[in-house]
Amino acid sequence: MGFSDADLAALWLTFRIASITTILLLIIGTPIALWLARTKSRWKGPIGAIVALPLVLPPTVIGFYLLMAMGPNGPIGQLTTALGLGTLTFTFWGLVIASVLYSMPFVVQPIQNAIEALGARPSEVAATLRAGPWDSFFTVTLPLARPGFITAAILGFAHTVGEFGVVLMVGGNIPGVTRVISVQIYDHVETMAYSQAHWLSGTMVIFSFVVLTIVYTFNRGRRKSGGGYGL
Amino acid sequence: MAFNVRLNMSYSEFTLDVDLMIPAKGITAIFGPSGSGKTSLLRAIAGLHPKELYKNGQGHIQFGDQIWQSDTVFLPTYKRPIGYVFQESSLFEHLSIQQNLDYGQKRIKNPLPPHERDHIIDLLGISHLLTRPADKLSGGERQRVAIARALLLRPRLLLMDEPMASLDFARKSEILRFLERLKTELKIPLLYISHNAAEVTRLADHLIILDQGKIQQQGPIQDILASHKILNSMSDEPFTLLFGTVMTARTEHNLTEVDLGDALIRMPHHEVKEQAEIRLHLYAKDVSITLSRPEQTSVLNIFDCQIDTIEPPTENGQCLIHLCLKKTRIQARVSAYSCAELDLRPGQKVFAQIKAVSIVQ
Repeated sequence: MGFSDADLAALWLTFRIASITTILLLIIGTPIALWLARTKSRWKGPIGAIVALPLVLPPTVIGFYLLMAMGPNGPIGQLTTALGLGTLTFTFWGLVIASVLYSMPFVVQPIQNAIEALGARPSEVAATLRAGPWDSFFTVTLPLARPGFITAAILGFAHTVGEFGVVLMVGGNIPGVTRVISVQIYDHVETMAYSQAHWLSGTMVIFSFVVLTIVYTFNRGRRKSGGGYGL
Repeated sequence: MAFNVRLNMSYSEFTLDVDLMIPAKGITAIFGPSGSGKTSLLRAIAGLHPKELYKNGQGHIQFGDQIWQSDTVFLPTYKRPIGYVFQESSLFEHLSIQQNLDYGQKRIKNPLPPHERDHIIDLLGISHLLTRPADKLSGGERQRVAIARALLLRPRLLLMDEPMASLDFARKSEILRFLERLKTELKIPLLYISHNAAEVTRLADHLIILDQGKIQQQGPIQDILASHKILNSMSDEPFTLLFGTVMTARTEHNLTEVDLGDALIRMPHHEVKEQAEIRLHLYAKDVSITLSRPEQTSVLNIFDCQIDTIEPPTENGQCLIHLCLKKTRIQARVSAYSCAELDLRPGQKVFAQIKAVSIVQ
């Protein structure tokens, strides 16, 4: 016995959400990480704390507030309704937005650490060699901090795959739309379909193990060659 | 043409307050103790300090008719026509040496023609390194690559922040040789930070002495070195820097004769070209004083001098005596005992015997 069609739909949905979330997070998280790594502003502490909040908050708390904000009476809900998009709760894109917020620290922090470890010197050197800020970011900062970006992408993806509480609050349990792997497993257990639950859960364990092994092996290799970008 | 820098900026507890006129040719050394603001000054000229630091103060940097910084203008670093060599290795580790050299070159409008590029690479002796990755180079090699990379930008001003601080003696003299060749072969003005007196006297044409963020003295090196106080703070052993022209590279007795303007000095043969402008170090310990012209002596150089001032004896019983050899000033170190025995006084005519003098190179 293997995966049912519903299981495969859940796997595919989870993969799509995690991929889109990771791409969005790399785009949104990089400037935030750059700012946090370089700023001397007094806002560094509070902004850093907001980014890190999902690390400590129960996922249901984040889910609850997002549900309120994206619902018909929430500010985001009213905005999306005014734009003719309807409300985002219990939709694919609602789930993507929730995942972006929920996985933010797992992407921002490795990038921030890598850029902090580089220091300002490589960018300064690039500036004295006539490279403007964008040029210098793409030709110097990005390649030198690449291990941080790879770690960030892997962790962001893996963490999104593993979310449950936020999904249940914001997305509910709509097959093919918001029913991701973790919710599917929950369903199987509820209906006492333990062997189905085993298949999916086992897959998740192996997936997570492989991902973390890659990340840690990769980082150890970097440290040996003098890189040193921790998680 | 000259280079004018007027800055008043502060951060943390430190204030840099300078007004500089730097000649747009030759080597200008910025000399001062650590924490005196040398690096801050160089970074300010490069535009590496954030603009905000100048909010309460002011900044004005002008190179010829080009304004880099004023109340309304702040040219970012990447638009200033400078080359910058950082104190420690600053090569991009993700690029090969060739790619490091190309990085800046690709970003300027008129890159050097290939033969001039090769000339710079040869001048710095790095042509055999081009295909290596940056982390496989020694400290001296890295700094030479960094200097070449800066030169290939065709900068109008080269800034160097103690490029040799982290190097051992052998590497240092190697790079010093390259800098001397740069000075004669490429006419790019160089602003150079050092806290090493030997380096400064060897290279600099113009000297800026900085302390606690303020200019203590600035001017041609001869003028500054004539001031005793600065001179002695620069070295453990007091010395005089003499500028001369080689008259005879090799006499029949295998001597080299150098015209100092006020005197002709003779020394054991050195490999120098006739008419070459050279610098000489004359240490106070190598100068002794006699009251009458010594005869039948092995000392080659004996000059009529007049005592200018005599410094009080040090703890180990030595006096530093400042002498005038016509307009040239030299120093002699004699024991306090001899000083009293010979009854030396300011204004007195004496003979200075010079036992040794070294060519600075």
